Amino acid sequence: MATVDLKAVKKRFGSTEVIHGVSTSIADGEFIVIVGPSGCGKSTLLRMVAGLESVSEGEVSIGGKRVNELEPMDRDIAMVFQNYALYPHMSVRQNMGYGLKIAKLPKAEIDRKVDDAAKLLQLEPYLDRRPRDLSGGQRQRVAMGRAIVRQPKVFLFDEPLSNLDAKLRVQMRLEIRDLQNRLGITALYVTHDQVEAMTMADRMIVMNAGRAEQIGTPLEVYERPQTLFAAQFIGSPSMNVLDGVAADGSLSIGDSSLPLHSRLSGPVTVGIRPEHVIPDAEGPLAMTVQMGEPLGANTLLHGRMAGRSDAFTVSLAGVHHAVAGETLRFGVDPANLPFFDPKTGQRIEAEA
Amino acid sequence: MTEAVKDPPPGMVERRGAGLWVSHAIMMFGVLIVFFPIWLAFVASTVTQPEITNPPMPLWPGDQFLVNYGKALGSGVNVPVATMLVNSMIMAIGIAVGKIVISLLSAFAIVYFRFPGKMVFFWLIFLTLMLPVEVRIVPTYEVIAGFGMLNSYGGLILPLIASATATFLFRQFYMTVPDELAEAARVDGASPMRFFIDVLFPMSRTNIAALFVILFIYGWNQYLWPLLITTDPSMNTIVMGIKQMFPSGDDIADWPVIMATSILAMIPPVIVVISMQKLFVRGLVDSEK
Ligand SMILES: Nc1ncnc2c1ncn2[C@@H]1O[C@H](COP(=O)(O)OP(=O)(O)OP(=O)(O)O)[C@@H](O)[C@H]1O
Ligand SMILES: [Mg+2]
Repeated sequence: MATVDLKAVKKRFGSTEVIHGVSTSIADGEFIVIVGPSGCGKSTLLRMVAGLESVSEGEVSIGGKRVNELEPMDRDIAMVFQNYALYPHMSVRQNMGYGLKIAKLPKAEIDRKVDDAAKLLQLEPYLDRRPRDLSGGQRQRVAMGRAIVRQPKVFLFDEPLSNLDAKLRVQMRLEIRDLQNRLGITALYVTHDQVEAMTMADRMIVMNAGRAEQIGTPLEVYERPQTLFAAQFIGSPSMNVLDGVAADGSLSIGDSSLPLHSRLSGPVTVGIRPEHVIPDAEGPLAMTVQMGEPLGANTLLHGRMAGRSDAFTVSLAGVHHAVAGETLRFGVDPANLPFFDPKTGQRIEAEA
Repeated sequence: MTEAVKDPPPGMVERRGAGLWVSHAIMMFGVLIVFFPIWLAFVASTVTQPEITNPPMPLWPGDQFLVNYGKALGSGVNVPVATMLVNSMIMAIGIAVGKIVISLLSAFAIVYFRFPGKMVFFWLIFLTLMLPVEVRIVPTYEVIAGFGMLNSYGGLILPLIASATATFLFRQFYMTVPDELAEAARVDGASPMRFFIDVLFPMSRTNIAALFVILFIYGWNQYLWPLLITTDPSMNTIVMGIKQMFPSGDDIADWPVIMATSILAMIPPVIVVISMQKLFVRGLVDSEK
C-alpha cells in the first residue's frame, strides 16, 4: 500500500520520444486506469513504473521514495501481463510461489501464503496442474495469484483481460476490482477498452500519443472532457463533433443555429453526445437517417446532418423503427454542451 | 500424437490392405539391405579366422562369440577395446555436454543481453558454421600441441566443443520464448542466471535431449582429429582404433576381433538413440511452450 507519483515522466527510445511528460499523483489504495488507443504509450508508462523500462527524464516515486534506479523486485510491485507470462514447466503452486522462493522464505511459509491466495482466487483444485492444462480464465487467476502472494505495495496490470471472452471479461473485471478493494493495494491498470476504464477506475488517465489528455474520475471525464480527444474516446457510441461559428449568443452549424448560453465567438467545435439528443419536431437540428441499429434498450440511428456531410449518431431510448432517408429533427440542451478550440482541441470554458 | 500415427482406424487398414502390404514390403526390403552388412560383421565376429578367409563366407553365426569378444575387450590388437570404448565415451560425452552448455550460455547472452558488438559476435559464430574441423585442423593442432594437450582428453574434447549450430538452434528457441517471461522473472526477483537455470533451462530440455543425441553421435564418430593427436594407443578412441587394428606390414589382420570391435563400437550410439528416442522425437516435433 503506497502512493505513486509521476513527475514529468518522459520516455525516449533512441531519439524518438514516446512519452512526452506525464505527471500525476496516485493516492494510497486508489485504482487508476490508464486508457488510450493502441500505441499511445500506456504499456510504456506502466513498465516505467514497474522498472522494466528505464525512465528517460522525470521521476517515478512509490510510497514517497524515488525508484527510478531500483530493480523491479526492489520496488515492491507486482505485475500481471497480458499473456499471463506463467512459467510453463512449473505447477500452479510453483508459479505462485516462485517469487517467494527467490526471496528465500521458508517452505512452510511459502505454502501457507500460496494456499491463502489460492483460496481467495478459488484456485485450490488446480494447484498441482501446469498452466497449459488450465483455461484462459484460470490462467488469468494464477497470474493474479502470483501477484498477490507477494503482498506488494502496488499492482500493475497490462491489459490483463484482453485474451478472455466477453462474458468472462465482465466477471473478471468485478473480481479484480473486488480483490483490490479488499486488499487495499494501489493499482495501475492499462486497457484500451473505454468500458473497462469507465467501470473499474477510481480515476482514469486518458492517454493519446504519449500525453495524458485528462486525468479524472470516469464521470468527470464523461461530463467535462478537457480535450476533444478525451471527449470522443470516452463514451459509447462516441461523441458527435460539429464545427460551427459562434456569434451573438448563437452557434451556427451550416444552416441550422443553436441558441447559446455563453458568450463565445468565432469558430468552435461543439460536442454532442448521441444519448443527449432530444427528438423534437421543432428542434433546431436535423439529420438524414441512413441506418438504424436496434440494441433493445435503446436504438442507434446513424446518418448525416441535413444538408452537410458530417456523420452523426443519435441514441434513442427504446425501440424506433427508422426508415432510411427519413429526416429526424432534434434539439439539445445547450447548458452543458462542451466546446473545443478547433485548432488545439482544448476545451473552451464557456463563461455564461 | 505418436499414438495416432501408430493406430490408424481399423477401417482404414482394411481398405488400404494391398497398399499397406506393398509399402511394408518395400520398407522391409530397405531394412534388409541396410542391415545385411551389419549382420555379416556380426557373423564374422563369431567365427574363427580361417572360416572368414576361406570362401564361401559363412552366413550364420559360429560358436566363437565369447572367445572373440573376450579377446577384443580384454586385449584387442594394440590396446584393449574396453579402454578405447571408455576413451570414446569420455570424448563423446565431453563434446556433447560441453557443446550444449556452451551453446546454451552463448545463445542466452546473444538473445537476452545487450552488449557492444553483439551482432558482430553473432555473425562471427555464424561464420564458423562454414569452417568444419578439417579446414582448421592444422592451426588447431598447433595450438593443442603448444598447450601440451596431445594424448589427453582435454585435447580430444576442447577443439570440438564450440558449436555454432547448437548456438544458433538455442538462439532460435529463445527467440520464441515470450519476453514477458523474462520480465515476470525479473519482477519476481530472479537474477538473469537464476532465470536461465530455473526457467530457460527446463523449458529447453527436450531440445537439449535431441541435441545430445545428435552431438553424442557426432563426437563418437570423430575420426580425423583423434587420429591426429592420440599417438599413445591407450588414448585411442574406438572409431580410429578400428583403423589402427589393420596391420601395416605383412601381418595378418585378425578379422574376427576387428569385427567384434566394430560391433562393440556401434552399441553405445544405439543405446543412446534408443534410450533418448522419446525425448528426441519430442524435441524435434514440439517445443512445449
Ligand atoms: N522498445 C521500443 N523501441 C522503440 N519504440 C518502442 C519500443 N517500445 C515501444 N515503442 C513505441 O512506443 C509507443 C508506445 O508503445 P506502447 O507499447 O506503450 O503502446 P500501448 O499504448 O501499450 O499500445 P497497445 O495498446 O497496442 O499495447 C509505440 O509507438 C511504440 O512503437
Ligand atoms: Mg500495450
